Amino acid sequence: MSPDSPAGDEMAVADFRPGEIVLEIPARTEYVSLVRVVVAAAAEIEPDMDSDRIEDLRVAVSEAATNAIEAHDLHGVSDRVRIQCNLADEEVAVVVHDQGMGFEPDEVPQLPEPDTPERLLHESGLGVHLMQMLADESEISATETGTDVRLVVYSSKRRRKGDALPEEI
Amino acid sequence: MQIVTASHRDGQWTVVTVAGELDVVGGPDLRQAVMREVAQGNHHLVLDLTSVDFVDSFGLGVIVGALKRTRLLDGDLRLVVPEPRLRRVFEVCDLDRVFALHDDVAAARE
Repeated sequence: MSPDSPAGDEMAVADFRPGEIVLEIPARTEYVSLVRVVVAAAAEIEPDMDSDRIEDLRVAVSEAATNAIEAHDLHGVSDRVRIQCNLADEEVAVVVHDQGMGFEPDEVPQLPEPDTPERLLHESGLGVHLMQMLADESEISATETGTDVRLVVYSSKRRRKGDALPEEI
Repeated sequence: MQIVTASHRDGQWTVVTVAGELDVVGGPDLRQAVMREVAQGNHHLVLDLTSVDFVDSFGLGVIVGALKRTRLLDGDLRLVVPEPRLRRVFEVCDLDRVFALHDDVAAARE
């Protein structure tokens, strides 16, 4: 969106793409469950998306939305958090955009091994790990206005096709 | 919605029944409930997550914190997680190596 847009925080119509669902929420934690419901319902429209993968998507998106809301809260940003959900053949892509001050995934501390006593000192820090493990593609990028988290979850059918590819072509 | 729906003593164990969504909204309520139990001297807890629909990293953090609190007092915390969908979140974070995940309360108490 151009900075001189008269529409303020509204998106231009040209930003929309066919098959895209856009949700804007107040930056309050009570809305995270709504994000999960909407994204899961949208994913169910894609006929090849099965329930296990939709569950992975729900958790990953919940992490991104929670982080975005916390970023707004931390930096006193009153704008809404935007969630874009794109349905395509055998995949769902979600972008969560916040207007916090940016986020460096590399700065997230590594957690100790699970079976060591030190692990219990860490009650947080699992969110990025969950996003990376549950989504088939995950990307966190700083933008001029905040942070974009892009998550793509494939259908199980597409994953199986990938597994079936020969290792050397 | 109340996240902790019941709590009862069963031998040395206190079984805490949890329902709903263990996220940034529901997680703090569970943390408070665990702190209340510990303050009352109940240091051996079974968290029954059978009726939990959703858990994310916030909820996992609360459960890790609960384990830490009980073990600091020579207690323990066990989990009932029969639902594979929920188990997967624990497994992805390797927390199945921290907690034994049980199918029912009876198995957790053994």
